[in-house]
Amino acid sequence: MSRAAALLLLGLGALITVLPFYFMFVFATHSRAEIFNLPPPTWFGDNSAANYTNLLGKVPFWRNLWNSLYLAGLSTMTTLFFCSLAGYAFAMYNFKYREALFGIVLATLLIPSALNIVPFALIMQAFGWIDQPRALWVPGMASAFGIFLMRQYIGSAIPKELVEAARIDGTSEFGIYRRIIVPLCGPALATLGLITFINSWNNFLGPLIIFRSVETFTAPLALRSIQGLVNTDWGALMFGVALTVVPLLVVFAFASRQLIEGLTSGALKG
Amino acid sequence: MQQAQILSTPTRLRPGARWERFQRRYAPYIFISPFFILFAIFGLFPIVFSAYLSLHEWQPAAGLGSMKFVGLRNFTDNLTDPTFWQSLKNTGIIALESGIPQHVIAIPLAFAIHMGLKRVKGLMTALYFLPYITSVVAISVIFVTIFSWQYGVLNVLLTWLHHIPLIGGLFPAEKVNWLGNRAFVQPAVASVVVWRYVGWNVVLYLSGLQAINGDLYEAAAVDGATTFQQFRSITLPLLRPIMFVAITLTLIGNLQLFEEPYIIAGDSGGIGNVALTTVMYMYRTYNFYSDAGLAAAMSWLLFVLIGVLTLINNRVFGKSRLSGAD
Repeated sequence: MSRAAALLLLGLGALITVLPFYFMFVFATHSRAEIFNLPPPTWFGDNSAANYTNLLGKVPFWRNLWNSLYLAGLSTMTTLFFCSLAGYAFAMYNFKYREALFGIVLATLLIPSALNIVPFALIMQAFGWIDQPRALWVPGMASAFGIFLMRQYIGSAIPKELVEAARIDGTSEFGIYRRIIVPLCGPALATLGLITFINSWNNFLGPLIIFRSVETFTAPLALRSIQGLVNTDWGALMFGVALTVVPLLVVFAFASRQLIEGLTSGALKG
Repeated sequence: MQQAQILSTPTRLRPGARWERFQRRYAPYIFISPFFILFAIFGLFPIVFSAYLSLHEWQPAAGLGSMKFVGLRNFTDNLTDPTFWQSLKNTGIIALESGIPQHVIAIPLAFAIHMGLKRVKGLMTALYFLPYITSVVAISVIFVTIFSWQYGVLNVLLTWLHHIPLIGGLFPAEKVNWLGNRAFVQPAVASVVVWRYVGWNVVLYLSGLQAINGDLYEAAAVDGATTFQQFRSITLPLLRPIMFVAITLTLIGNLQLFEEPYIIAGDSGGIGNVALTTVMYMYRTYNFYSDAGLAAAMSWLLFVLIGVLTLINNRVFGKSRLSGAD
């Protein structure tokens, strides 16, 4: 009885969670007039092609998607490299000031990002990096959260003896990282990679400050610029929204278990 | 001591040994340096710079030379600006309206998933987590159409529910102008935030629940405790450490809300400015009024507020966390 009630409530909650996604795809196939009709459409229409054409008439959307991909790809690769390297150092070496330095890494997690908005904009202005993707991926090359996650994983999953043995065999310190640590870090790297990619793909405020011309816009920024128009073409906008979200949904469909498990174990061991 | 010297003598003869020692000693510092270099340039320096900036009057477009020291005037200007206070009030209300339901929903949800529904656990968690991974911009755009007054899905649904006998009275007879009525803008924004973060909190609480020893529940069941009693006397107290983490994260995140209100209510802050959060107002001050000093001072005021509230949260949950761990 209580089990059935719990299932019912969970199901209802899941429905509320998923419904907006459903309408996103339904609306992407309807014209503006159809979306704002009474009652609103609840099934797929046949206006996708026109929505797609209208979308491309307003913004270079494939270019915007590429910009998002470029930024997310670069940040993810560099973050994986630098955070696993630092995580390896914090987990496997005894060095002076190790605890203090790791304390600093953790403390940076608590700094509210709002504090950084104005100086970030000014610094990028001073560097001449306005409208340059590097304004976003260079600062995003490493993250405190990533170092934390990698240290936890390396410390608990890789035995120190393995590193010692490699050292006796004459492997260099970086060689140990490359040949032993990286191959054994698969699950943690996958989790961190997913999180970094998703965060970068969905970042809005950063690009909003940096990018001025529509060619350099990331996908979320391009969508916002369409929504800002006086006579918003909601059909085209919804089509763009769907195009932006689909890659994430596909990735998530394959990796949700990995992602959630990686996140919970990271939170637990903290 | 002497022995060590004797031992170290032959290694000095081997050519590569010194290099090995050198790299072993300095490798960790080199490996962690990228983060610290990046943090120094893009984290620490901006913060120091922003503190310096908050004491100056400066229009960035006029160049560095036009910087003028004004002492604490930016702070007093902010504190006497009614719009700043309104933005704080808005932020506080939206933070509460979205923060409390998030946890009130997520804790029992995680409990239900954990206790009885092992088979659907993976699927359910993934479904609830879905909004968290999706672009706020994309989601907010969808919600704008769902909240639409005359033709929005939400109002159509509510009207439909209103016509059902017995429970119909619970739902409004008139269509609600969600984004055009002062009273409803904040709840509308808050509901999107709740929708987005419930899954995140469910994942956090699930990790906390997994750490609770299952024997406790069995013992309680043997003693005849109902599921609700078990939840109240075992789950809630033992969940305190993770509650502390989750609430801290919600607090810091909610006080810096920007994207949801910006997209749903518009950059103007919606009707009567009721969705103008402090970060939105700060962005406006910097971007449209080009007053970098005033905006920097605003971010420091917000920082102080976040710090104070985090400390209070620490007092309330952090202490009991210690007693819970004992």
